[in-house]
Amino acid sequence: MDSETEQETEAGHGASEAPLEEGTASDIAADAIAGEDAALHALADEHHAEAHGPLEQFEIKPLIDINVGGIDLSFTNSALWMAIAVGVVSLLFIAATRTQRLVPNRLQSLAEMLYGVVASMVRDNVGHEGRRYFPFIFTLFLFVLFGNLLGLIPYSFTYTSHIAVTFAMAIFIFIGVTIIGIARHGVHFGRLFFPEGAPLWTAVILIPIELVSYLSRPISLSVRLFANMTVGHVLLKVIAGFVIGLGAFAVVPGVIPFAALVAITLLELLVAVIQAYVFAILACIYLHDAIHLH
Amino acid sequence: MEGSIVDALKYVGAGLAAIGMIGAGIGVGNVWSSYISALARNPASKDEIGANIWIGFAVTEAIALFALIVALIALFS
Repeated sequence: MDSETEQETEAGHGASEAPLEEGTASDIAADAIAGEDAALHALADEHHAEAHGPLEQFEIKPLIDINVGGIDLSFTNSALWMAIAVGVVSLLFIAATRTQRLVPNRLQSLAEMLYGVVASMVRDNVGHEGRRYFPFIFTLFLFVLFGNLLGLIPYSFTYTSHIAVTFAMAIFIFIGVTIIGIARHGVHFGRLFFPEGAPLWTAVILIPIELVSYLSRPISLSVRLFANMTVGHVLLKVIAGFVIGLGAFAVVPGVIPFAALVAITLLELLVAVIQAYVFAILACIYLHDAIHLH
Repeated sequence: MEGSIVDALKYVGAGLAAIGMIGAGIGVGNVWSSYISALARNPASKDEIGANIWIGFAVTEAIALFALIVALIALFS
């Protein structure tokens, strides 16, 4: 295509001028191709936007390209928002605990409340032995909570809406809990799959069921968070599309989906908190199973 | 021609996948109705049940989301 157009343009000029005009000729050819390409791209983009509109917000874009030995370790927008979440949590707790008062101010009581919620969660669900795992559960809870909440800011990125992130957390919890269980009980850990007191013949049914339910834990834990976040954001985008489609400033039709959008945003705020809570509480329950074996 | 049939069937598949949400809808309704009737019988147990109800809700709701994910995969891949 390229060489053909070039040749045609060259043929139009005199043979002696050809070397001089070559640059211009190829420029014209390149322009023609670029124009065609742009038209094609516009068409593709239009199609792309139509088909993938609500899912575009989940695109991972590399901000700083880092490539180590063929492995893509780029600093992406996902990594940026994880760093922001960690920064916000750190700043919140540093600011809240800088001046420790007997009668807490607003910021300190927020920090104390978060601490209290997770502390009572660990105490109720894991028991006394769970105290040493409290920092882990607290970190997990805050990381997921702030990921969910920061993701609700328009034009931000929700890293918890990626199964790569949630599954990484879930598989670490799963492996960690299994190691804790085996370290604590040794071979007796197998009792998790066959409870004491059950008739021996039920082992044929019980062990496969318990094994499958145990192995599916990281999948259900990660998919729950990822699906909730993804679906919530897709829903918000779709309803926002209705607002734009009906006219944001037209009084009669546009305000109806806009009101729905406000309501759904509030619902998403609730879901963000609940899912972080559930993620942490399920980690506690898995920990309880490993420590107490049912 | 063949592509258009596949495209049409994508929507049918997504619709079929969404049927799975019926079960989750019944389940979530059950969770909350049991919560309210339990509270009516014993209002003092609110704190005790209150924390656990969210686990039941989240576990049931996850089923609906699995169905929705299958539907989305069918639509957008």
